[in-house]
Amino acid sequence: MSLYALCFILFSIGLYCLLVKRNLVKKIIGLGIAEYAVNLFFILLGFKENAEAPIIDKYAATQNFVDPLPQALILTSIVIGLGVMAVMVAISVRIYEKYRTFDIREIRRLKG
Amino acid sequence: MIPLFVAIPLGAAFIIPLISKIREGSARWIAAGSALALLCLSVSSLWWVRKGVLVYSVGGWKPPFGICMVLDHLSVLMLLVINLIGFLVLLYSLDYIKKYTAPSLYYTLFSLLLAGLNGLAISGDLFNLFVFLEIASISSYALIAFGTEAEELEASFKYLVLGNVADLLILFAIGVLFGRASTLNMADLARSLQSISLTDPVLYAAALFIVGFGLKTALVPFHAWLPDAHPAAPAPMSAMLSGVVIKVVGVYALTRVIFSVIGITPLISSVLMFLGIVSMAAGVLLAIGQWDFKRLLAYHSISQIGYVVFGIGLGTPLGVAGGLFHLFNHSLFKSLLFLNSGAVEHATGTRDLRKLGGLCRTMPVTSATSLVASLSIAGVPPLCGFWSKLLIIMAAFQAGHTIGAVVCILTALVTLASFLKVQKFAFLRAAEGLCKGAREVPFFMLAGMVLLALLCIAAGVFFSPFLELVITPAAQVILEGRRYAGFVLGG
Repeated sequence: MSLYALCFILFSIGLYCLLVKRNLVKKIIGLGIAEYAVNLFFILLGFKENAEAPIIDKYAATQNFVDPLPQALILTSIVIGLGVMAVMVAISVRIYEKYRTFDIREIRRLKG
Repeated sequence: MIPLFVAIPLGAAFIIPLISKIREGSARWIAAGSALALLCLSVSSLWWVRKGVLVYSVGGWKPPFGICMVLDHLSVLMLLVINLIGFLVLLYSLDYIKKYTAPSLYYTLFSLLLAGLNGLAISGDLFNLFVFLEIASISSYALIAFGTEAEELEASFKYLVLGNVADLLILFAIGVLFGRASTLNMADLARSLQSISLTDPVLYAAALFIVGFGLKTALVPFHAWLPDAHPAAPAPMSAMLSGVVIKVVGVYALTRVIFSVIGITPLISSVLMFLGIVSMAAGVLLAIGQWDFKRLLAYHSISQIGYVVFGIGLGTPLGVAGGLFHLFNHSLFKSLLFLNSGAVEHATGTRDLRKLGGLCRTMPVTSATSLVASLSIAGVPPLCGFWSKLLIIMAAFQAGHTIGAVVCILTALVTLASFLKVQKFAFLRAAEGLCKGAREVPFFMLAGMVLLALLCIAAGVFFSPFLELVITPAAQVILEGRRYAGFVLGG
């Protein structure tokens, strides 16, 4: 249970960083932390104490193995996260070229 | 046939950048051709589902073990909305997007967006729903920033941050449901949650889903990104975002998860209705003071999506049908209005209503179509917006939600006032300096707008057969709720 609590704290740290920090790069880092926390949460759901990797073997059939489904899902989720991160970094680089700053207090031409 | 809805646009998105290296001009025709094929497929899917729900198992693995795609009446309605608006908007872009550099990238991203949205509408698996949602979101982030001007990048980053928070919450909620029921197939999940009743972790997941999809739909406490992001995109893309993306990614996914998987309870229903009422009122009050044409339309999107969520949240047959009908109608007239604003900007170079004027003489077609759309959104009979608003208001009175019904009526009045302002300032009053030399826009832009205006009129005049053929069966799917499991898995 304490693992889940730690995982939730990690998620909160990431969300806090994403929403409160004023530097675009720090926001991106916050997103990464929150994303890892959610991935970790999925992996924990399939985790079992002292279990083996879920590989079907003809000779040594394993009875006690971890749930392979979350692992497969999280591989996909990590790739998606990479894609989002790439878009975010690309856009923040272009923002820097236009505004010459990463500080969101100075990036505010939109209002209303 | 079902995987073609994803395969065609995904294939087009792959081929377009390759072909455009050799022949730059052919990209637009591939994109338009694939969109037309999708439109034909989604119209014919109306016939496929007549005998019942169609299930396709990817790779031959039967559900609940494999990934499955499900085509029922609600998905068909969504596919119709996506591909109809997608095709007409693409037709409009054929001329509009010429003024940007690298149009082939625009067509690639647009096809990718269609693939994501279509996949979302037919997915029968919760994690696949998330993956397609991400495909649609990433392509819309990129398309909002397509102009790469300072404001567009800023709006795109804002949407990226809030959109990502939404995605994380949705993924977290999927994790909670997976931990509870050890399955991700939506039908199987609905079946195993049936015996649990709404215990705490499931209610927690429902709250996360409402916040996550609420952020994607831009319901009022979560709406901050929309008035920046929608106006910043190129006009056809704004039409697509307001007309289709917020509905499929937000409203459809929310209804599917809440009604078909988790199951509706009085608590969730009243939360949805509250969000709907607040969005309706706040959206329209923020809209009326706007002078930027597209920003005004963006605030109206928030208000109109409030009607849809309120109607669906009522949970009565009439309310759900009204909500879905309004969803369809809003996708018609709001895309048309955004295309009009794009045409005005294309001709005059500005979208500040104070600087415009007299366009009804210089741009007769744009002006006429925008009149149709304005009257539709304001709910003037016999245009399409009137019937769906009438259904929602009647349903609210029937269900005893007098406050909701009164807010609906007042919102309709303020919407009318706000669009009379648009008509007066942009089109009817005497021409001013900037608009004297305005010329009507090229052929394909006109074609897209005229077809949408005709559809607005047709959906209003022939509302009763349309309601019977498309909307009522779709509403039936929502009302049947968790019996969805039985239709998909059999038995």
